[in-house]
Amino acid sequence: MATSANTEDLIRVVVQIADDHLILGHRLSEWCGHAPMLEEDLSMPNMALDLVGQSRALYSYAAQLENKGRSEDDFAYLRKDREYTNCLLVERPNTDFAHTMLKQFYFAAFMHPFWQGVKNGSDETLRGIAGKAEKEIGYHIRHAGEWIVRLGDGTDESAERMADAIDALHPYTSELLEVDDARQSCIAAGVIPEIGPIQAQWNATIHNVFTQAKLNVPEVDFPQQGGRTGHHTEDFGFLLTELQYMQRTYPGAQW
Amino acid sequence: MYSQGLIGANTETKETQEFLDAFQARIDAEIKIEPNDPMPAAYRKTLIRMIGQHAHSEIVGMLPEGNWITRAPTLRRKVALLAKVQDEGGHGLYLYSAAETLGVSREQMTEELLNGSAKYSSIFNYPTPTWADIGAIGWLVDGAAIMNQVPLCRCSYGPYARAMIRVCKEESFHQRQGYELMKTLTEGNEDQKQMAQDALNRWWWPSIMMFGPSDTDSQHSDQSMKWKIKRFTNDELRQKFIDATVPQAKLIGLTLPDPDLKWNENKNEDGGYDFGEINWDEFWKVVKGHGMMNKDRIRARKKAWDDGAWVRDAALAYAKKSEQQNSEAA
Repeated sequence: MATSANTEDLIRVVVQIADDHLILGHRLSEWCGHAPMLEEDLSMPNMALDLVGQSRALYSYAAQLENKGRSEDDFAYLRKDREYTNCLLVERPNTDFAHTMLKQFYFAAFMHPFWQGVKNGSDETLRGIAGKAEKEIGYHIRHAGEWIVRLGDGTDESAERMADAIDALHPYTSELLEVDDARQSCIAAGVIPEIGPIQAQWNATIHNVFTQAKLNVPEVDFPQQGGRTGHHTEDFGFLLTELQYMQRTYPGAQW
Repeated sequence: MYSQGLIGANTETKETQEFLDAFQARIDAEIKIEPNDPMPAAYRKTLIRMIGQHAHSEIVGMLPEGNWITRAPTLRRKVALLAKVQDEGGHGLYLYSAAETLGVSREQMTEELLNGSAKYSSIFNYPTPTWADIGAIGWLVDGAAIMNQVPLCRCSYGPYARAMIRVCKEESFHQRQGYELMKTLTEGNEDQKQMAQDALNRWWWPSIMMFGPSDTDSQHSDQSMKWKIKRFTNDELRQKFIDATVPQAKLIGLTLPDPDLKWNENKNEDGGYDFGEINWDEFWKVVKGHGMMNKDRIRARKKAWDDGAWVRDAALAYAKKSEQQNSEAA
């Protein structure tokens, strides 16, 4: 096993993961002050904080690897839409609490084993980020998973809304598990884990929680992909408009 | 939730002169009143009103600041703002729990907020159109809140006093953060400096109105002071806030929008600032529901509550099912 990945591939993968975290955190933060109950008004911003915090660590690392004088904010705020490589799942609109919790759950169920692998991987900086992230994302699985069960096995309306969310979002999950050339190179270098065992774990987590929630795991004939190559959904431009508003309106200002 | 057993409990007390005297003696001896202690109905009512209003203010206060989370200009500012707004929600939860120890439920208080019968701090009925408003709120609104709340750490009602200790620590952090945000703007480009000054112009008077009507017009002050719920009058606290804030504004090169603001050596014991006439008509207009954002704030809270009903119903239904299954299995 090699001990270091090609720097360009490593940067690409680090930015993909950073973008996933920033965009999912952004969506989650849209709930702040508007949650179904006060407890969720505390826990959703808290998880958004975890996610945005992880994106900062990852962007900073990408900037350091790139060594072109860019900062975490240059990555987060000053790229064009095609340059963001988050998976499409994380940019999907919040829609309702069922969609939101399901999105969190799908993502956390992937990231948890992923970070566990990275923690034992060959890249020292990523090992450090993974150590903290693994613990945080473990809570996210628990939090979102418990809601999936409550909503799936709650009332008729909540079960219907969960089924609707699964119908809408499940087609976006395969992109989480996709391995492009950059990832392949990082896997070969032992920086990130092999996808096979992670996919198996992801399937098991989803199956386990859906069974408890009396929900079905659907077959997806036509998966939706594109984010990793910068091809985003229609909603993404609006998200960037808000995210980048200040940096675009006042170029070069320090905040 | 130790308070839940107290909700709806019999809180009737025979208010004989002897009882009232003994209660006052206890207050005067600085012995805290605790949830299970007998207390005059008016003391209980005053505290429920005060703590409830305070809790509602934290919750409604999440809206004007939450307005900027998705547009915060840097990741550092974004996480700081997220954490701050989350803190406010945490204070709300704390305070609702403190109010519950007096026998009122969070649901009841929420209902009163949404139907307009309970009040919250009028300051949150002003809009946050610019990023500098986030700095101004932290610096001035949290600054004013601290002036009000530090004495509440010694409030005669134990649960409220104890909740205030943590709340004040966090508010004080928010105040410094807000000031630092404003300072950064004043060190920036012309647009940023103007943004900071504009925010100060809009927030200064509403901030000093936060201390409430002048002592001569305040309905609740006298008895609350006697019961040591409050330790200082509205005007005393307002003066303290102004005296503390004027030098802070000067230090970062901002001008307070009050031409009558002037140091007066002979004011109180150590001197203090004279200041211009407060526009109480505006204050009452906003308190009575006619500020720019009153309707929007309540509508946003109501929408969150109504849209979330199916989630709360599902959680309850699931809890019931699980309970049933557990009892069947036992």
